Order: sequence, then C-alpha cells, then structure tokens
Amino acid sequence: MSEANPRRAGATATDEFSARQQEVDEARASEEGQEGRPYELRAATQGIFGELRADKAGLLAAIFLTIVLIGAVFAPWLAPQGPVEGNPSTASIDPIWAGGTWAHVLGTDAQGYDVLSRLMYGARTTLLIGFAVVLIAGLFGVTLGLIAGYRGGRTDRWLMRWVDVQVAFPGLLIALIMIAVLGPSKTSLIFVLSFNGWMVYARMTRGVVLAAKERPYVEAAEMVGCRPRRVMFVHILPNLTSSLVTLAVLEFARIILAEATLSFLGLGLQFPEVSLGVMANGGRDSFFSLPRLAIIPGVVITLIVLAVNFLASWLRVVFDPQEREKRFAAGATTAATTVEGAAT
Amino acid sequence: MTSATSATSTTSTDPARTGRPVPSDELLVEVDRLSINFPVGRSGFWGQHQQWVHAVDDVSFGIRRGETLGLVGESGSGKTTIGRAILRRIEPSSGWIRFRGQYITDTKGEELRRLRQYMQLVFQDPYASLNPRMTVLQLVAEPLVVHGRAKSIDAARGDVVKLLGRCGLPEDAADRHPHAFSGGQRQRIGIARALALRPAFIVADEPVSALDVSVRAQVVNLLQDLQHELGLTYLFIAHDLSVVRHISHRIAILYAGKLVELADSDSVYESPRHPYTEALLSSVPIPDPPLQRARRRIVLQGEIPNPIHPPPGCRFQTRCPLAQDRCRHEAPPLEEKAPGHWAACFFR
Amino acid sequence: MIGPPDDAPVLEVDHLQIDFVTRRGTVHAVRDVSFTIAHGETVGLVGESGSGKSVTAQALLGMIELPGKIVGGDVRWKGESLVHGPGVRRTIERVRGAEIAMVFQDPMTSLDPVFTIGSQIVEVLRRHRRLGRKAAKARAVELLDLVGIANPAARIKQYPFEMSGGMRQRVLIAMALACEPALLVADEPTTALDVTIQAQILELIAELQRELQLAVLLITHDLGVVAGVCDRVAVMYAGKIVEDAPAADLYAEPAHPYTAGLLGSTPRLDIVLDRLVAIEGAPPDLRLPPPGCAYATRCPHAVERCEAEQPSLERFVALPLAGEASEEDAVLAEDELDDPARTGRTVACFRADDLRRQRVSA
Repeated sequence: MSEANPRRAGATATDEFSARQQEVDEARASEEGQEGRPYELRAATQGIFGELRADKAGLLAAIFLTIVLIGAVFAPWLAPQGPVEGNPSTASIDPIWAGGTWAHVLGTDAQGYDVLSRLMYGARTTLLIGFAVVLIAGLFGVTLGLIAGYRGGRTDRWLMRWVDVQVAFPGLLIALIMIAVLGPSKTSLIFVLSFNGWMVYARMTRGVVLAAKERPYVEAAEMVGCRPRRVMFVHILPNLTSSLVTLAVLEFARIILAEATLSFLGLGLQFPEVSLGVMANGGRDSFFSLPRLAIIPGVVITLIVLAVNFLASWLRVVFDPQEREKRFAAGATTAATTVEGAAT
Repeated sequence: MTSATSATSTTSTDPARTGRPVPSDELLVEVDRLSINFPVGRSGFWGQHQQWVHAVDDVSFGIRRGETLGLVGESGSGKTTIGRAILRRIEPSSGWIRFRGQYITDTKGEELRRLRQYMQLVFQDPYASLNPRMTVLQLVAEPLVVHGRAKSIDAARGDVVKLLGRCGLPEDAADRHPHAFSGGQRQRIGIARALALRPAFIVADEPVSALDVSVRAQVVNLLQDLQHELGLTYLFIAHDLSVVRHISHRIAILYAGKLVELADSDSVYESPRHPYTEALLSSVPIPDPPLQRARRRIVLQGEIPNPIHPPPGCRFQTRCPLAQDRCRHEAPPLEEKAPGHWAACFFR
Repeated sequence: MIGPPDDAPVLEVDHLQIDFVTRRGTVHAVRDVSFTIAHGETVGLVGESGSGKSVTAQALLGMIELPGKIVGGDVRWKGESLVHGPGVRRTIERVRGAEIAMVFQDPMTSLDPVFTIGSQIVEVLRRHRRLGRKAAKARAVELLDLVGIANPAARIKQYPFEMSGGMRQRVLIAMALACEPALLVADEPTTALDVTIQAQILELIAELQRELQLAVLLITHDLGVVAGVCDRVAVMYAGKIVEDAPAADLYAEPAHPYTAGLLGSTPRLDIVLDRLVAIEGAPPDLRLPPPGCAYATRCPHAVERCEAEQPSLERFVALPLAGEASEEDAVLAEDELDDPARTGRTVACFRADDLRRQRVSA
C-alpha cells in the first residue's frame, strides 16, 4: 500500500458514499421534476394514488363511494324532493326506463314519495350511522385494547374476559332486547350497534400492541428512558394505523348491513325517518306489485358494501410494501415489453 | 501461534489509540451468584406443575472501569439474559448486581429510569432497533429530551450532529430516516443513541453479528475508539470468538447458563482450560485453506442440553470428550487454575 | 439429446443479468455474472449482503420472481437452458430437486411445521422417484442416517419444532439429497446456526461431497466457512464476480483488492491485531451502478481508469509460493499463460498485474 491516491486527499470513503447517495437521490428528484419535497413523502403519496389508478376495482369503488357520499351529504340541497314529500296523486309512477317522467327518475312509491330523494336521504342516515358506530366502537375498543396490551397481567386478563363474554353473547338478541328497552331511534341504533361492535377493535389492538411491544426499538425507547406514556403513543401506537384503517373500513360495511337488517326487522328507524334498510323494509309489502321498491335500495346497499370491500382490499395492498412492489414491477415490466414490442 | 506469516498487515496508527486501553482496578459492575429462571408452560391437567427454564445459574464476575469483558456463548447459554439482567430489564431469581458500588437489584421506577442514564444498550439488529418512523435526529435526541437534558428535539440538534459525526456518519444524516442507511451505518446510529446520555457502561449485545464482514471491522474499530476517548466500559456479548478476541480484555465463556471459563483474552486463546472452550475455538474456521485443513478440529457431537431439564453434574458432560463418572454427579466449581484464569473443570 | 463430454461443466452461468424493478428505480442486482461448475467440484460463492450471490443461486433453480427478472444471459444445466427457450418450465421442473437441489439459510421456514419430517421426506421420494410407501420410508431412514442423525427410525416421527436448528438443517440436507442430485446449492446453510453446530454441518457437507461425488455450490458471506470446504472460490461484489480462483491460491494471494480487503477485515483467531483493518465506505447503490469498477470508491489502489471503465474478468497467473518469488518467476509465469494448470484463475481488476509486480518486488 505504498502509493498515495491524490484524488481523495481529505475525503473519506464514507463521505464519498454519502455524496454518491445524494447524487442518486438528486438524479431521481430531477427525474420526477419535483425538487425540494422530501423524497419519502413524495414516493408515499404518489404511491398510494398511483396504486389506486392501477387497481381498477379499487378505482371504480372509490368513484362510486364518492358519488354516494356527495349525494348523501348534500341530500337536502341536491334531492329533488323531501323524503316524505308527496301524496297519493303521485303514487306508483314508473321510473324513467319504464316510461316515467324526469321529475321522478327512479319513480315513486305507493305513498307517492320520490324514490331517488328517499334513496339520498336514506343513504345519508345509513352512512351517518355507519360513521358514528365505527367512531364510537373504534375509540372504545382501541382504548381498552391499548390498556390491556400494554399493562398486561391482571388488567389484560380481566379486560379480555369481558371481551370474550360479550363476543359469546348472541348479538342480535342483545340488540332486540336493548331496542325494546330504549325504543327504536337513531341514537339507540347507534348505541346498540356500537355496543355489539367494539370487541373486534379491542382484540386487534391488543394483538398489535403485544407484537409491537416485543420490537427491539420499543425496548430501545424504554432503555433510553422514555416513560410508559411516551413509549405507548410515540413508539407503539403508529404501528396500529394500517390494520386499524382496514378494519374500520370493513366494519363500516358490516354496520351498514346490520342497520339494514335491524330496520328490515322493523327495529330500526321509525317514520318519518328513512334509511336504506327502512326503504327495503317498506318495499317488502308491495314486493309483488312493485318489486323495484325493494330491489333498488337492496341493490344500493349491495353496491356500497361491495365498493367498501374493494376499497379495503386496495388499502391492504397499499399498506403491504411487498405486495406493492410486486404489483409495481409487474406493471413496469409489462409496460417495458410492450414498448419494446412497439419499437421493433 | 503457527501462522503469523499471513498476508494481513497491521496498520500503523497513533499508538495511543491502538489496542485495548488499560482498565483501572475499580470494579464498575459486579455480578454475584446471579441465577435467572423463567417460568414456562405448565404441565399436569390443572397446570399444577410449573416448569422453569434455568437460563442462568450461579454466575459471578466483575467488570473493571474501562475494561471490555467479552461474554461468549452459543444460543441458550444465557449471555443475552445476563446482559439484560445487568441493565435491569430482567428480574434475577437470586443473586446480586452492583453498579458503581451500589446494589441495583431492587431499583425500580423513576430511580431505575435515572440509573439507566449511566448504562446503555447497543442492539444486535440494526434494522429492528431503530423506529422506522423517526428521523435520525429524533432517534438520537430522544434520550436527551426525555431525561430533560435538552428542551426539545431541535434544541439538541447541535449535540446530535456532533455525536453523529463522531460515530462516522455523514453530516446530512440527522434529517434522514433509518432506512436510508446501510446496516453498518444504522449500527452507528444505534451507537450514537446509546452514547447520547454519556453513559459509563455499555452492554453491546452482538453488535456486529448482523453486519457484513467488511463493515464489522469498521464498527469494532469505532467501539474501540470510543472506549479510548470516553473511557467506556463494555460488556461485549458475542457468539463469534474471532471478533471478541480483538476487542476484549477478558473473556467469559458460558455454556448452558453456567460460567465455564473466565480469563484474560490472550490466555483464553492460547491456553484454554475448559474442553468446551477448546471445542469452541477449534470450530471457528480460519480463512487459510492449508492451515484450516491441517488443524486438529474438535467437532462436538450432540446439542446444547434442554434448559428446562439440564443434565445433572457438569452441564457439558453430555458432549464432553473428557467426561467421566464424576462429572455426571458433581458440578465442577469455578476455580482459579492459574493466576487470573478461572475454569470449571475437574481435569484441567 | 447427446450428453456432454465428461470434462464439460455440468452447470454454466453465462453473462447472467438480473434486475429488480422497484418504484424507487431498477436495481441491477446481478450484472453480467459467468462461472461454471464441473462434475463433483465444490465452488464457494462469497459476497456481502446485496452482492447478488443469493439472487444468482435462485436463478439456477428458476426461482426468480417478481419484482426480480432475468434480463440477460443464460443458465445452462448439462447444456440445456434454464432461463429461456421452449419447454423451459418443464426442464426446470425436471431438474429442480432431482438434479439440482437447494438448502436454505433458515431451516425452520423451509420445513412444513404440520407434518413429521419423515412424511416430508417420503413425499419428496414418492413424487420424484416414484417409490412405494414402504420403500420410500426405508429410504428416508437411510437418508437421515447418512446425514448423521442418530436413531433415525425414531426421529422420522418427529415434527420440525421438536428438533434443534442443527438437526433441522441436517433434515433439509437429507431432503435435498433424496433424489441423488448432481449439484447441491447451499445458500448460507450455517449462518443461522451456532458455531459448534456450524462446524458439524460444514464437516457433513464436505463428507457428503466426497462420498457422493456431489458438485456443491456453497454461498456464504464468510470467507472462513469456504476455506476448509471449497476447491474454487468466486468472490462477488456489487453484482459482479471480481475474482474466481482455486481456493488455496485465492487465500494465499488475493488478486483483487476487494478480496484482499475482505480477507484483511476478517478477524482471525490465529493472528492478533491491535486494530482491525476495515474497508471504509459502503457498496454502491445498484440502482445507478457506477460507470467504472464498482469497488473504485473504496479501493486504495484505484486510478482514474478504474472510475471510467469497467474491468472484465481476465486471466490472472498466480505467483509461485511466497518466499521463492522473484521478478523473473513472474515474467516466466506470463510466458506460460497457455498452461491449463495455471490459467484457472480470473480477476476483474486493471491493476492486478501491477499490484502483483509490486508484491513481488517488495
């Protein structure tokens, strides 16, 4: 090792490596024409929506849900009529494809109410119940799961026994009893569904916390002197995001179905309130004369639940880096070969 | 030694910084008759028979200030458990641990949290031990902030950048996330985090075994340099005897939870007293084909005993080439066979 | 098809290139790798993580899956391509397991936890060898005995979790040998094991190689592991083979600075150094591989040419043994380039010859 290398007097190889790393990143940044933003963030956001573009089912689901959401949220302004506006004179008008008028695109029901308007108001109620239940059950379940997982020992055993017992109870029966006591209303519906739905969050949260607690970086945080609260919220909780979001989305679909079931059984909302389940229930009486009154809300419920499930499976891909890479590579290589093929 | 005639050349650096610094006589850490048992599954219909893993059994040693003690053993030897027990992450079943002359076996809560400022851990896995959601600055500044030595993460930036530079990381490292770094650089980040509080004592739990060979040497050298500069004391846990030899003053060899040999590192390598140490030494391959082929190799038969039902007598007797009847009934005590050279074998 | 002549290599890897397409850019993991394995030869493929050694091994068995893709070159087993051409899937099916068998690093994930090891070996035998149940079971016991498992008739009824890591690795080797393959590819077979167990497994592989006339490709990051076992060693760095030489020559006189650096930074039991010799820096980012030699930024001998141009693998003539070396011998050796006994060595370094002369004159 007699020779000296004048080229790198004063610069160590580590510096050179980092310089090279920077070169690579800069090259990449200029490639994408977006200098300045932190590379990771850009890759992540681009990735998520890029993924959505690649996932046809997910994209369709997202578009459909957006339309439903807009229709539901802005129902008071967008709906052609109120949900219980009309009289027998306008009863049983056929929808537009069966010779009806543009005034009632989806026709009217036996009471003369506009089906499209009721659908929008109904979706509004149904989605509201869904969001409320996911929020309440989620908050409660996650909190209990966190406590059980992090504290461990006796606390854990007691909380989880509680969960086990409640899971073992027939949910529909409890719902029937509680609604009988509370009386059927939007609030009691939300309460009952939350009461039946929080256990799954608690179990999942506890599982994630138990797994995360074993990670070396959590031990590292405790070693450097972080207090339990900090360990919990800074180091353990963020691990929960991906599974929690997917679970919440799936639970949302389940709640919509549960609301429909309860309303269909007549235990849901009462006149003049309307939800998708109430509409399906209303259609039951005239199923043989006017089958569309049951079919239309039924189809909308099915589509919403289907779309939510597609969205959930897209989310799973987004949160699974390995699966993402695989999809990306498949897309990139087929694109490359088609370009090659076109060139030759 | 037979082959000092290798192509490997010794780099000549500043003599004050090479080799192992001379430790003082003061004992920084004392471990006295430490035993650790873990409860594992129960047996019997009602679970009335609690089973225990005897992870560590009656282990005593001391570490002098400024010294590196290598703690070597295979999986199941209890080496990691001992390291965690000294850091008070694991409760000992019996025995005592003293740190700077103070008994710390019963230290708890806030007092323990303060105590840990002076003893830190470097992890084996440089990937899993850094929170992927935090930047390097946040990772290294966190200990300072939670102990109130810095007002905020950003207030600590100056110190952190200095420390990162000292650990051989590039200047712009602070604002990146761990995944932007290679394994060796991540381990440097882990070392910087452990050093942020200026501890006196570091437990390095296999800090280089997950790293590539060429990077391993960088990290070992860094640990040695830091020891010189900051007067650190290390407990260097490893399964790799070749690395341990280079960094340790003394080496303790564990087998199935028992300390079988404890001596100066040169004396362990040149005249091992325990048959297990001999076997361990001979199973490390030497990168020199003629030499490796010519070596007398002791290939141990069998496996490490089940820690739930350790064999009676000497724990090594099931695999020992020297084992005799006596070893099957009586556990050999750890005795001073030569000045400063302790071993637990009847026949050496 | 007519079989190849006996001295022809059984396996040829020919200018193999493998890319990994990721959203952060395409990683050129294997960049033009060529080597051969002769019948009964033990070859070590040594490299650090990310050098492409494991990916190369996976390509031998058609195991490259997205996001990985073979973008160039070929792998030929006894003259048949395992990469492209019609019927390549069938060729791979036929060759995999039966002629080329593989042993992985982690013995736990390669075994199915819900079946006994006996039934897993029997399954392999019945599928590939079309043996009856009884014959297969007898053969399974034989195989376990062959890999040094005591009391094989009882062990055969055990589940993987009842065994230690070393035992499981032995079982995997037994499974790999079930169909009497001609080539055993072992990808870091001892990395997950304790040192004393590692010694046992290495011993076992060497023994089996001698007894069964197996060709072995041993992939590892540890130069020490291959020292006692391999006839030939190929060293990989950043997706390329930088040196390929008979084991004894490689260790006695590493020709490539990276090999020398690797040897230097491997701490040795028999030599005490005050300070380990580290290779500074880190391997290049293989998304944008450097235009020149990938090792140039870390190399103490690099000149301008190294940064601009890629060195290719060229013949390197080993020096006579240290001690009797002289300038004259070196020159003489160059005249003997055509002597096949002395040409088994290649290195990808512009400065290999210069450095050799320096060493001789020193």
